[in-house]
This record gives sequence, C-alpha cells and structure tokens, in this order.
Amino acid sequence: MKKSLLALLTLLAAVFTVSTAFRPAEGGYQVGDKVADFKLRNVDGKLVSLAGNAAAKGYIVVFTCNTCPYAKAYEDRIMALHQKFAAQGYPVVAINPNDPQVAPGDSYADMQKRAKEKKYAFPYLLDETQDVARAYGATRTPHVYLLQRSGSDFKVAYIGAIDNNTEDAKAATQHYVEDAVAQLQAGKPVQTSSTKAIGCTIKWKKKA
Amino acid sequence: MSLAKKYLSVLGLTVLALLAAPAARAQQVRVVKLPALQQLLQRPSDTTYVVNFWATWCKPCIEELPHFEQLRARQAAKPVQVVLVSLDFASKLDTKVRPFVQKQGLKSKVWLLSEPDQNAYIDAIDPKWSGALPFTLVYNNRRQHRQRFEQPLTLAELEAAVRAVQAP
Repeated sequence: MKKSLLALLTLLAAVFTVSTAFRPAEGGYQVGDKVADFKLRNVDGKLVSLAGNAAAKGYIVVFTCNTCPYAKAYEDRIMALHQKFAAQGYPVVAINPNDPQVAPGDSYADMQKRAKEKKYAFPYLLDETQDVARAYGATRTPHVYLLQRSGSDFKVAYIGAIDNNTEDAKAATQHYVEDAVAQLQAGKPVQTSSTKAIGCTIKWKKKA
Repeated sequence: MSLAKKYLSVLGLTVLALLAAPAARAQQVRVVKLPALQQLLQRPSDTTYVVNFWATWCKPCIEELPHFEQLRARQAAKPVQVVLVSLDFASKLDTKVRPFVQKQGLKSKVWLLSEPDQNAYIDAIDPKWSGALPFTLVYNNRRQHRQRFEQPLTLAELEAAVRAVQAP
C-alpha cells in the first residue's frame, strides 16, 4: 500500500513537472519576485550586470528602443529619471529587446548612435537573445521594472508605466515610477505596484 | 475670364472631384469615450465582433490592417462586424488618423478612443491585455465566446478565430 502511494506521488510529481515545463513563456516576473542577474552588452562595448554596481539600492530597468514612437515620447523622461534617481541609488538601466531583423533601426549600431546623440548617462543594453525580456515578461516598449536590492539579490517592486500621460509629460497626474522610488526610499511599500500602458509590441525574432 | 481659363478651371474641378471620389467612400472616424467602447464589447447580440486596436504610428498594426479589410469584405453578408479602434492621441485626429483612413480608403468602421489614462482603460477593455499594440478581440457574446490576440494576425488566423467564436 505504502509503495503504491509512493508510486502514485512520484507519478503525480512527474506529471506536474512535465505540465509546468511546457507552460508557455508568458507571464515573467511579478512584483515581489527575485530576478536573475544578466550580462548584456552596453553601447560602449562593455558587459553590464546588476551585480556590477555595489552602490545601487535598486535599478530602474526600462525595456525601450530607438524606433517605437511611444518609447521616443518617453525618452526624455527616462533620462530625467536617471538624472534624479541615480545619485539616490536608483540608476536607470535601459534594455533594447527588439530583433533588428524585424525592426531595422534598433540595431546595436543604431543604439550606439542614439545613445551618443542624446548623451545617455545610463547603460543602454542589447538583449540580443531576448532572454532577459522573456524572463521579465516584458511585452512592450517602454516597459518599466523597478528593482529593489535585497542583500545581494534584487526584487521587483513595481512593473508598468512611467506616468499616466504619454502625449504630454506636464499633463501627467500620476508619476508611478517616481512615487514608487520615493516610497522605497522612505521604507514604505509601493502603493501602486503595477500599471498598464499602451506601447509597441516587442519585435520578437521570427521563428526559423 | 477667357475660354481657355474657363476650361482650365473646369478641368481643375474635375480632377479634384476625381481625387476626392475614393476618399468619399472611406469611413468617417468616430471619436468615442470608454463607455461607448465598453457597450460595443458587451453587446449581447448573436453577432461576431472583430475589434482591432491599432494606431497610425504602429508599423505591425498598419501591416495587418488589410487582413481586417479583407475579412470584412468576405464576411459582409454574415453577422460579422469589424471595428478598427485607433489609439492615436485625439489631437492627431485631423493631422494623422483622418488622412490615413482616407488615403487607405478603409471600409471597416473606424473609431478613435479619446481617453488619456491608459492604465484606466486597458483593464476595462480586457484585463488580460498588457497594452502592447496591435491587440484584437474576436467575440460573440450570445455564444459566450471570446478570443484575444496580442500580436499581428493573418487573414487565415482571423477567419479561424471568427469560426471559433461562432461555434454554438
């Protein structure tokens, strides 16, 4: 009896493992999840990882790109976030997840050009395999993940939009990322920990 | 006015009229607020609705628009309604959206959702939508079937979705 119960449990465990293994890649990180570190190439040629900046209390990770009009609409606001929060321990890390085969204009060379023209003070990384975007569950540009340090790890504190008015920054009445960083700095929980926004779909590689 | 000038002005008007002709057949853009859109999404009739969310700035959206036009033409005799909901800013209605709709000669219904607060309306449209464009809902509320696609669709995929939600 005991043996058959054990066999049944083993079988159930196997079935469970198989069914979760074949779960589609959608979903990604939720608020509170610990993130895996990455190593992505910056526009200056160097590899950047979260662990590389020991002084960071967190990161404002932004999936963005050169070509999406909505990402462009937020470009100056992304630069302003870095300007304001890098010194407070929350620098911006911009990641371009787009496949340049699908989105010409989002190539590494184009990223370098854009970063130079606009004098980005933060890393602008190429997610060539798109593994990082997939792990995070990013779906669009721009798409923000605010990370908070927890020992040597980083946990997701906020997912979503930068503010609530794409067209006119001055008309925005909610500044989600700024408020979230301020709340983390004050040792408080993030009140609005996830929001949605219109954006361009990430240009995933076409299946061979 | 000389005869030659008269001829020229008549000719000019004729050319203008010819140019305007295909444009006149295109759809007018209806500007709506969220409640009107929600009403469309909840309409209880035995009609299959194909509601596509797009924008003139969204390249994959523009590339798939002809599939919705083809679907509309092929299903014209059936209870199938195609509505193309532009998420362009309302301020771009006259400079971008209307000229685009005219130029393409779109025959499907075109709406423009005039709501600035995306975080408020995305969940109201569909809680499973992340906000990425293009996004398409295919539904038949009488039959209680609904499919959602956060990706561009081919005509074949659209027709398969229409068949699926029309199933009893």
